[in-house]
Order: sequence, then C-alpha cells, then structure tokens
Amino acid sequence: MTAVDDPRRLAYIAGQASDARVNLEIETEGMTLNIGPQHPATHGTLRIVVKLDGERVMRAEPIMGYMHRGYEKLAEVRTYPQVTSLVNRIDWLGSFANEVPFILAAEQIMGVEAPPRAQWIRTLLFELSRIANVVLFLGDMGVQLGAVTPVFFAFRDREFVLNQIEAVTGGRFHPNFDRIGGLKDDIPKGWTEETKGVLGRIRTFCDEMEDLVTGNEIFQARTRGIGVIPADVGLAYGLSGANIRASGVDWDLRRDGGIGLVHDKLDWKVWTHPDGDSFARYWVRLQEVREACNMVEQLLDGIPSGPIMAKVPRIIKVPPGEAYVETENPLGVMGYYVVSKGDLVPYRVKIRSASFNNISITPWLLEGTYVPDVVSILASLYFILGDIDR
Amino acid sequence: MTDPAAGGPDVEPSSPDDTAAEPAGPTAWGVPVTEAFGQMVLHPPVDRWFETVAACRDDGYVMAIDLTAVDYSAHPGRTDLPGGVRPERFEVVASLLSHATGGRVRLRTQVPESDPEVASLFDLYPGTEAMEREAWDLVGVSFSGHPDHTRILMPEDWEGHPLRRDVSMGRIPVQFRDAPPAR
Repeated sequence: MTAVDDPRRLAYIAGQASDARVNLEIETEGMTLNIGPQHPATHGTLRIVVKLDGERVMRAEPIMGYMHRGYEKLAEVRTYPQVTSLVNRIDWLGSFANEVPFILAAEQIMGVEAPPRAQWIRTLLFELSRIANVVLFLGDMGVQLGAVTPVFFAFRDREFVLNQIEAVTGGRFHPNFDRIGGLKDDIPKGWTEETKGVLGRIRTFCDEMEDLVTGNEIFQARTRGIGVIPADVGLAYGLSGANIRASGVDWDLRRDGGIGLVHDKLDWKVWTHPDGDSFARYWVRLQEVREACNMVEQLLDGIPSGPIMAKVPRIIKVPPGEAYVETENPLGVMGYYVVSKGDLVPYRVKIRSASFNNISITPWLLEGTYVPDVVSILASLYFILGDIDR
Repeated sequence: MTDPAAGGPDVEPSSPDDTAAEPAGPTAWGVPVTEAFGQMVLHPPVDRWFETVAACRDDGYVMAIDLTAVDYSAHPGRTDLPGGVRPERFEVVASLLSHATGGRVRLRTQVPESDPEVASLFDLYPGTEAMEREAWDLVGVSFSGHPDHTRILMPEDWEGHPLRRDVSMGRIPVQFRDAPPAR
C-alpha cells in the first residue's frame, strides 16, 4: 500500500506545512531501519528490522539469537538437580518460576510427589517471583513512553520482594531452590510477618501506578487502540499469559489444569480485558500483581506443617519416559518436554518459553503501525530476551 | 460431538483403507495412540502428519503450544512406541491444547535420517513458524512449505545442527592445577 491510499496519512499530511504536501506527491522509497540489538526497549539484545514507508511500518522481522546460551544442549550433560541452576537464567526477573515446571516434569516421570508443605511454599515463591517480575514491567512500560518516574518506584519496591526471596533461598535472582521431591530448605523464622509487610508496599505501589500511569492522558493516548490483537489471531500465534488474557481469552493454567501447585485451594480471580490493545495488556498485568498479593497472603496463612522433602534417593536416576509439563509463569506458559533414558542426565530437554512464542506475532502485529508505536507495542508484549533465546 | 480429549483415547475400529501395517493397539483419528502420564500421545506416520494435526484442530485443539524435534540416535531400544510404529532417528513432537475442554494431545512422528522432512504446520497454526525454524536450526529436521526456512537462534553461517547427538559439546580447556608460578 502506498502512502496515498491511506486516508489517515492523507489527513495528517494535509494538516502539515506545505513541504509535507510536496512529499506526498513524490514517491518516496522505502527505508530499512534496525531497531536494536542494543535498544532500551528490548530488555536484552533483540534486533527488529523494520521496513518503513515514511513513518509507517511495512514489514517487521525480529532477529533473535544474540543471547542463545544453549541450555538445551548443556542440560544433556548435567544431572537433574544441576539443571535448575541453568534454567534459573532463562527469565531472570522471575527465576524461581523457571525451575518449577522442570522439577514437576522430572517428578512426574519418577512418580514422586512433593509433600504438601513443599507444594505450598513452592506456590508461594512462584507467586513472589511473579510479583518481582511484573512489578518491573509496570514501571518499565512508563519508561518506554517517556515517563521516567514509575521505573524508580518499581525498582524500589521490587527490592523488598527480592529481599524476601533472598531470605528464603539465599539468592536474589538465581535461587536454585527447587528440588526433586520438595525444596532445599524451610522458610526462616519470622519470614511470614515480614512478607505480609512487603505485600502492603506492593499494594501501595499498584495504587501509585494506577494514579501515575493508568489514568494519565498521554499514556492512554499512546496505548489505547494501539497494537490490537484479536483473540483468534492470538490463539493461532500461540500467545499465552497476560497477552492472551488481554484479548479476552479466559485461560490461565493456574486455574485450568495446572499440576503440582496449590492454586486451586486459593480464592482468586483470572483477570481478562476485552480490548486486546497495549493498554489492556498493561491493565491485566497490573491486576495480576494485585491478585498475586492476595494469593501470597492466603498462602502465608495456610502453610501446612510437615516435612519439606519427600523420600528420594540421594543419587537421582529418572526412569525412562517422556513428559511435558507447563505452568503459568510470569511471562506466560512455560513448559518443559523432558525425555529420559534412565540415566543421571536427561536425554533431551526442550524448553518451551513464553517469550519465544509471544514474539513470533510481531511481524503480524507491527505491520501498518507507526514507528513511535513500535516501542510501546513491544513494551506491552513484555518479553525478556533470556526467555526468547534460552 | 464426541470429544476424544474428555474420556481418554477414543477407541474406534481402523477403517479398511488403512495401510498394511495395521496398528495393534487403540487408535484415535486413525493413528496409534498411547498415554503418558495422563496425556494422550498420537503416533501418526510422517506422511499423515499434516492431516492428523488438521483433524485435531478441527476437533477444538485451537492452540499449538509446542513443537520440537528430538534426535534419538543415542537412545536405542526405545519401548514407548506402540506396535506398528518403527523407530527412526528423528522425532518431531507437537503439543496441542484445547481451551474448551482443557484437553491436551501430543503428536510424535518418526522421521527417517535419510529424508528428514516433515510438512510445515504454518497453514494451520502460524505460531509454529518460529518453533519449526528452531527445530530446523538446532536438530536439522526440515519443514516443507515453511515460508521462511532459515536459522533462527544460531548464526547464519553456522555449520551443522548443534542438538544432534553426534555434535560434541565443545569445551574450553581450563587449567585448575599446575598454573604457572607468579613472577
């Protein structure tokens, strides 16, 4: 489509000075622009090649692989307990959540089930990593649109959550805490009360974001009606997580058929939004942080007593078999396809990460948008490059 | 409509126009079916890969959640394949998900080493585009009919497919002892 065919562009140009009108009459050639690999909007190193006609994107293609670290190959020479320290580094903002589906897959093949207390604390840390992850998104979304204040609030309040994770696991970003059959350790004394205090801060943060960002006129103008994903397109492209719930698809693995975690024992709600635009994706994530706070509060009150580890042999050999287990991670559905040969090491581990599939919609989504919107759409899709390249 | 996902494998007699290698066990959508930890696993032959996935999609499996390939060359004597399915070197695995029932189905097809080619599912699920490129890049199974059949994670000029079992891990020699003395 040439610029002349587009009534919106015509109207825009007609409102400009006369030199813009001259441009309309000249057939301009397309221009190729590289966004990235180093770009503040990309949470890592992703290159997006866009073909432009004026300000309009004609074609966009994500080029990934700059951070490919080969975890699937490395996992073939690591024992099962060692793999968790690798997969921590996939989505580095919510790293405990990366370990959970792998451990669940290994447990499924072995026929081991973690004791109830371990399942509750697992779910607790799982939701805390969701808060740590998505809080940063809420601040970061403002930065991409030129509002610098929210991200400082986000970094400030995320630190409290990370402190709580560190108090249990010993690591802020790389807990390596999940074990086949349970957890490495129990929660420390007095941790429950401290965490409740942190939840109060996160709730205040959500209210601050609501005041600062959600109601902001510029933010709404830059996100409402921008980057709309209809539900059927989102499903066809395999979108998951808040991206698909913002398109009105009521699907959340924590409620619909997730295994091994105790979300079904809690009272909570799956948030959806009918619009499917950038604003909807932001809004759904904001509500999910609040919902995660509610969940953590219920989890803290209801931790059953009992052992933290099931009886598993000291040297873990997983019997032959294959299993595919996925959970609803902060970025979307994360799954592990584990093939075991009966050895100390897995035969094949395929990591289905959420961002890899979420980014595959960008050629469709960015076509026909304007250059300033590219950044806001990419920010609202919320991917982490470690999660794309693995 | 009978839903095969709800009540386990939908056992039906094989139609007479099936190939000579008659599967002995239960079938669903006309292909052998097994079960792995509560999930239904279909084993379509490679030439019926596309039509089996299409039939699943028509029965409500709206989402292709995962697609990958496995190199089984270092895993002889597999026992998880049903009778009538010949093990080959490569296997392409796809996981489909039905939002209506929450049912899942996994499809595993055996791909021979001599002709590692499978029909692309891009026309059914455009989201498999990136995953098929990844399978080609890392394992070296090619997908016919794919719109952009290039490498995705490895560099463009990389030789070989790193997740094949005959590709070595590669190491950097690290000296822990007998380090040269300090000056």
